[in-house]
Amino acid sequence: MRDTRSTRILFQIGAIIFALFITTIVLFAANAQPFAAYKYIALGAVGSWDVISNVLVSWVPLLLATSGLLVTFTVGLWNIGIEGQITLGAIFTTWAMRLLETSGWNPTLILVIAMAAGMLGGTLWALLAGALKTFGGVNEIFGGLGLNFVATALNIWLIFGPWKRPGVASMSGTLPFDRSLWMPIAAGSSRLTPATIVIAIVGILAVYAMIEGTYFGLKLKAVGKNPKSAYILGIPTWQHMMLSFAICGVFAGLAGGVQVTAVYHRLIPSISSGYGYLGLMVAMLVGYRASIAAPVALFFAALNVGSIQLPIILKLDSSLAGVLQGTLVLFVILGQGVRAKLLKKSKVTP
Amino acid sequence: MHVELRGITKCFGALRANDAISFSVPPSTIQGILGENGAGKSTLMKILSGFYFPDSGDILLDGKKVKISAPADAIRHGIGMLHQDPLDFPPLKVIDDFILGKKGGMLPKRRAAIKDFKELAARFDFSIDPDSYVDTLTVGERQQLEILRLLWLGAQVLILDEPTTGISLPQKEKLFATLKKLAAEGMTILFVSHKLEDVEALCDRAAVLRQGKLIGTMDPPFDTKALVEMMFGKEMPQEPKAQLSAGLTVLNAKHVDLDGIRIQIKGLDLEVRAGEVIGLAGMEGSGQTLFLSACAGLAQPVGGAFCLDEEEKDMTGHTYLEYRKRGVADLPAARLEQALIPGLSLTEHFILSEEMRGLFIDRKKSEELAKRRISLYNIKGRPDSSVESLSGGNQQRALLALMRDPLKLILVEHPTRGLDIESTIYIWGKLKERCARGTAIVFISSDLDEILKYSDRVLVFFAGKVTPPLDANSLSVERLGALIGGKDWDTLETEAAHA
Repeated sequence: MRDTRSTRILFQIGAIIFALFITTIVLFAANAQPFAAYKYIALGAVGSWDVISNVLVSWVPLLLATSGLLVTFTVGLWNIGIEGQITLGAIFTTWAMRLLETSGWNPTLILVIAMAAGMLGGTLWALLAGALKTFGGVNEIFGGLGLNFVATALNIWLIFGPWKRPGVASMSGTLPFDRSLWMPIAAGSSRLTPATIVIAIVGILAVYAMIEGTYFGLKLKAVGKNPKSAYILGIPTWQHMMLSFAICGVFAGLAGGVQVTAVYHRLIPSISSGYGYLGLMVAMLVGYRASIAAPVALFFAALNVGSIQLPIILKLDSSLAGVLQGTLVLFVILGQGVRAKLLKKSKVTP
Repeated sequence: MHVELRGITKCFGALRANDAISFSVPPSTIQGILGENGAGKSTLMKILSGFYFPDSGDILLDGKKVKISAPADAIRHGIGMLHQDPLDFPPLKVIDDFILGKKGGMLPKRRAAIKDFKELAARFDFSIDPDSYVDTLTVGERQQLEILRLLWLGAQVLILDEPTTGISLPQKEKLFATLKKLAAEGMTILFVSHKLEDVEALCDRAAVLRQGKLIGTMDPPFDTKALVEMMFGKEMPQEPKAQLSAGLTVLNAKHVDLDGIRIQIKGLDLEVRAGEVIGLAGMEGSGQTLFLSACAGLAQPVGGAFCLDEEEKDMTGHTYLEYRKRGVADLPAARLEQALIPGLSLTEHFILSEEMRGLFIDRKKSEELAKRRISLYNIKGRPDSSVESLSGGNQQRALLALMRDPLKLILVEHPTRGLDIESTIYIWGKLKERCARGTAIVFISSDLDEILKYSDRVLVFFAGKVTPPLDANSLSVERLGALIGGKDWDTLETEAAHA
């Protein structure tokens, strides 16, 4: 077998077919009509302007998380702590909003400050995971996972403690902000906020340009592919790892800020909505290439939004989207593994 | 057990690690197996103990052909191997490590095993507490544990790979006594070593391997001179080197103490001068790699100091990146693991090695740079070739092409290992060009001819001991071979006084 573009694409198409096949089996096992289910997912994602805008609302934080993760993956780090970084971004944003909501300042200014605070929160939490790795020898996966739990606990404590609604604390989160402090919504839509879409697109373009075009990006790649050689070539290794953590933290914090200012308009217990983990899947699926991250993230967002229809219409659990996304990633990675193995084999016995 | 090898051949790619090796060892014999690094000793022993499968050839035990396809197979046939780095489980208790390889039952019979362990240990006068943890034992004790374990599993053939590296003298004496006792009881022992004195002290006979071939065997009394010649080959005539006028000091190692994982170096002094070449000789793991990494700031001395330049800038405690800024370059032996970045192209490597200005990479300019370097260093590859797709010789050329100019000091590990003659001559030509412009070179090689041919001065390392700098012009292959094998060290003192 030869290593060509066409074999690579062939394997990816094969992976998608396999993933659909497995999901279909799952649907049969759940006594559901697979094609009806797929139809309603599709309709639920693109059937009306309203659901399309819902997909875009979901796409923004997912793409932001993916953009950040592309940076940490480039330097060879598994920043699984991104969930916590999103949560801390949301907490810092909420904090800034609470401080400023009665200040009487220009709402735009308040929103900008709140988003900046979110970026700061995400960055600090990411640097904590980075410091644990660099100075404490804690693998970033374990450190990140631990910090995720701490972030969730902190979030719940704030919602039920210092920031609780007047009267009674509730799982539905803190008291919503005044309408004037919501991220401006597009005319004719109920939820779409153009500003956040611009942020997400600028973000992924910046990451793409950074990884593919700058010295810094090349150094990150070098460290990610072989830290020992990179060091011998004169690249300070751990400093670059810390920097990539910080950059990912900025994006995670932005995602958290978007969730607070543009989606929920308050802090809720599950504020990160699993976009961090989903972002890990998207980053893996695109093979850490920034160029195709945006459309794949859009597809995943569409699956997420579309599958909301399942419990409504077919009385099925909405976790089907998770099944489809999970198997898809699994088979794409499996396909890459099988392909690499076949390539190796054909090299040994030409 | 009678062990016989017939025509064992094993290739790794183009390298013939073992080339039709045949010899046999009767029971109650301690067979020494000698050879320099890469001679094929370890490969042969790994074939016998089931780690590798030979491409061709047979293994006969007591006259019967056997097929050994895994280490578990080997021990079932009674062959046990003690590896250079004991293959044990440091986090486990001694007794659990002891039981691990034993077949039978879901639940280990710990009590019976402890009894067996104590009996076996008493037989050889080993004092290891079965309840202590493996990582609290010394290397010597871990060897003892491995020997006991292999005996308990029924080993009748014991293979020891460089067992005297990293253990103390009393432990070595105890090991030798144990091996002699075992041989007297009928055990067949294969003792792999590069230390001539160990083989001479212990073995009933010796076989010498060189470049994958069995060169010869010898019975006692051993003739050291002949053994050295068998190990390293005949001496090649040397062209006399031009006498070097002493340049300015580039690196000054002042009474340096180094602590490696298994090797300690005490009080090493070396002054490296501009334009000279210093060869570090010795068997792998004798301390030369440790010293070379310390010269680059990749390992820190525990005592003494490293100073750079004529102004004697004390670099002790500074990192490699600071050494690099002061014009020190390091070229590791493991090219793809430690020096180049698989997955990145030649162009990308050149970009990384240059001074980077601005934010964005100028693709056009960097490709031109890559093209220039590729033709200048005669690299067979394109700017967009990934480094792992290059041959070893071209990777080494790429490494040279990546070095900055000017440099004060180049540290090279095995500059031409695995390269063909053409590449070897080319690489040394480029290195010598640098010397002519005042760069000093310190290099490690296990090729004695290379050491003698290119060095001005030579340091020999043996188990952490280091000779004073020896003049390469007055050294012979034979003399160097003896020093590497740990012989003739007592005469050095007097010579050093004359030098």
